[in-house]
Amino acid sequence: MNRETQSAATASTLSDARHLVGTVVRPRWREHQRIGLGYLGIALFALGIGAFLSLLMRVHRVLPALSLPFLGVSRPEDYLAWVTMHGTLMVFFVLTVAPLSGFANLVLPEQLGSRTMALPLVNKVALWLTALALLVLLAAFFVPGGIPIGGWSAYPPLSVLPDAGPGQATGMDLWLLSLAIFCIASTLGAVNLVVTVIRCRCAGMTYERMPLTVWSWLVTSLLTVLAFSVLLAALVMLFCDRHLGTAFFVPSLTWVSGAVQQRVGGGSPLLWLHLFWFFGHPEVYIAILPGMGLVTMLLGTFARRRIIGYRLMIGTTWLIGVLGLLVWGHHMFVAGLNPFAGTAFEVSTMAIALPSTAKVLNWLVILWRSRPKMQTPMLWALGFVSIFVTGGLTGPILAQPALDSYLHNTFFVVGHFHLIMAMAALFGIFAGVAYWFPLMTGRMLSERLGRWHFWWTVFFAYNTFFPMLLTGLSGEPRHYAQLDGLAGVAGALVRSTLPLERHITASAILLATGQLLWVANVIRSWRRGQPATPNSWLSTTMEWAPQDTDLICHRAPCEYGLPSQPADHRAVFADTDESGAPFLPQWATEPTAE
Amino acid sequence: MQFHWHMPANAALHGAALDGQMRLNLAIFAALCVLAQALLVAGILLRRGPQPLGHKRWRLEYVPIAAFTALFFALAWHSERLWAAMRYGGADPAAMQVEAIGMQFAWYFRYPGKDAAFGSTNLRLVAPGEGNPAGIDPADERGRDDFVRSALVLPAGREVDLRLRALDVIHGFSIPALRIKQNALPGQVFHIHFTPSIPGEYSILCTQVCGLGHYRMQAVVRVLPAAEFDTWVREQRP
Ligand SMILES: [Cu+2]
Repeated sequence: MNRETQSAATASTLSDARHLVGTVVRPRWREHQRIGLGYLGIALFALGIGAFLSLLMRVHRVLPALSLPFLGVSRPEDYLAWVTMHGTLMVFFVLTVAPLSGFANLVLPEQLGSRTMALPLVNKVALWLTALALLVLLAAFFVPGGIPIGGWSAYPPLSVLPDAGPGQATGMDLWLLSLAIFCIASTLGAVNLVVTVIRCRCAGMTYERMPLTVWSWLVTSLLTVLAFSVLLAALVMLFCDRHLGTAFFVPSLTWVSGAVQQRVGGGSPLLWLHLFWFFGHPEVYIAILPGMGLVTMLLGTFARRRIIGYRLMIGTTWLIGVLGLLVWGHHMFVAGLNPFAGTAFEVSTMAIALPSTAKVLNWLVILWRSRPKMQTPMLWALGFVSIFVTGGLTGPILAQPALDSYLHNTFFVVGHFHLIMAMAALFGIFAGVAYWFPLMTGRMLSERLGRWHFWWTVFFAYNTFFPMLLTGLSGEPRHYAQLDGLAGVAGALVRSTLPLERHITASAILLATGQLLWVANVIRSWRRGQPATPNSWLSTTMEWAPQDTDLICHRAPCEYGLPSQPADHRAVFADTDESGAPFLPQWATEPTAE
Repeated sequence: MQFHWHMPANAALHGAALDGQMRLNLAIFAALCVLAQALLVAGILLRRGPQPLGHKRWRLEYVPIAAFTALFFALAWHSERLWAAMRYGGADPAAMQVEAIGMQFAWYFRYPGKDAAFGSTNLRLVAPGEGNPAGIDPADERGRDDFVRSALVLPAGREVDLRLRALDVIHGFSIPALRIKQNALPGQVFHIHFTPSIPGEYSILCTQVCGLGHYRMQAVVRVLPAAEFDTWVREQRP
């Protein structure tokens, strides 16, 4: 018996004992789990800053003349700097880091019946590079000119020409460096995950039996490798345009702030748009696919139902991934593409709505007359479905170039992607934390605080982001530092959104404030929460198996009752103790005949 | 100021069909949203029933997916006809020529004058302070009668062929009331065409973040009855 199994066996004995006497033994964290916690820490830190910046933006939009403590009266360039930093932090350091790198490191090997990652060193380097990337990005707050002001998509020539605005000099260079490091880090992390899924499955863990979380991490990792390598190339080219006088993304002549700038040869900003969105669209699926996988598993687990159409769910995950590589042009309907390209990208975008629709139908079928256990991980999963449906249904509208030629870059778009890739993805993160908290800490999060936090968040998330669809319909453009005090009919159009804008700002402040409930819950429960039982939610996937013996997988996940058995309400829920087993876990310690 | 949750009143010829498509989409997707949320809540609250069996999947999943495929196809088909009408073809050769030029943080509009031809331009000659924001080259005969204004004036009922360019960074040229939006890029010229149908004053906004003054990069378009417009044009001097 080696040292690890020995200590795991001790922990398991103790965990049996704690179940009897109610004391808690903190589980011994494995290397990759500590890395996962590190990623979650990075994401939480970035989320805190990103959310704070969004509140500054929200307040500035409705009270542009307000003098804030320490900051004074904000200038329009401050607003755009916050926009840029908010987008960059949230998209990269929260929505890419937490659902993929964070959660996959916490439980992916265990879900495969393995105890280690395939490439532990690569995995560790990826974490440290991610942390370095964050520090480089935050350094932009402290350099002359400050943070770049061109938004997270950094369209050239604004991002190439230092004279085009404050923050476009040193700040822009730091932004480029940070994201280049981030590209390398996420590619390394993703390579490790792909190899782990292929090489580290335990006996019996066939591809068809892999949990949907694992499937979505696998597809997401492949997307990461493809998308981030293209972004890295684009970043290098942008760097060359800035410092080596090349002209990939700028024409031979530009006229900026009263001076003509010339370079040899002539490029087009459209090339950057193509490269950036070829990365950028898969990126939004990188943010949402892990949430979809987790939510599907949670619905099955808490509804105590098998996931019907399991292969369809695997297939739609792949379809979303593959089609996700073919839809980037829908960000460019008004950018100057050939109009025929608009048609092509409308078709591919409408096509990607179908696998997403199939997933939603599947969720509704799983839930139909299920009376699920309404514990907090399930609440977040249900919230995910609700918000994903609302935000997702605005997608096919934006997929139509004719309608996008009105809606493009209005707040309708802001509302659309904040509902899906911000809120739904965030709900996925909260679901994951609530679900795996007992596994990682040996203690339960408070259900009461959790319920308060969920209902508060879902209410104010809708109140913050749904009205954006309405102000967008009225024509309100994005990235406006100020809505009041502008002259003429244009000023009147923008100003008319102020009543709803105030409602959005108030809701956003309350939404952010409510997150303190979660922070309090995590801190309190980690220290003295209720002791957790070994398989806290009666899950079937293998991270919940006793970890003291070698495991064998011998069935698909979420087998709650066989199809031949009538799944009567009482029969399922009457004896779901350690004793009775209406559910069949994936694991067994020795092979059994099926 | 009253907030209208819907689009500002349409004032362009192609706008009615676009608005129809928008209303149809909003109605369909709002109804689907309500339906899905209702099914979600009902699924949770109703008495627990038997697990849906595999053979029902045709009814529960594939039939709805087929219905959604048909729906998305129909919407895409309808909207593609609109898009094709708006963009596939060029402007009528007799359309009115006008150029919009974006720069940090203003729009300028150039008219070709009596000869109906734009003179050539050169970025090295751009000088907004000296009355030449477009960089018109005085050596070019055709440019002598070009005139540049800071407001866009258009006739109602006549097609407009709008040339779009930018001097420095990408700008977004948008007139919500005329249902048009197109980016202006430095180094490239794009054309869009449309027909303003209802006289009035409408806002022109910049819709692509272009620097610290992005929010105030606005202008006005005045759509005049044809006769009034002819008078206005005759009075303009370079
Ligand atoms: Cu602009």
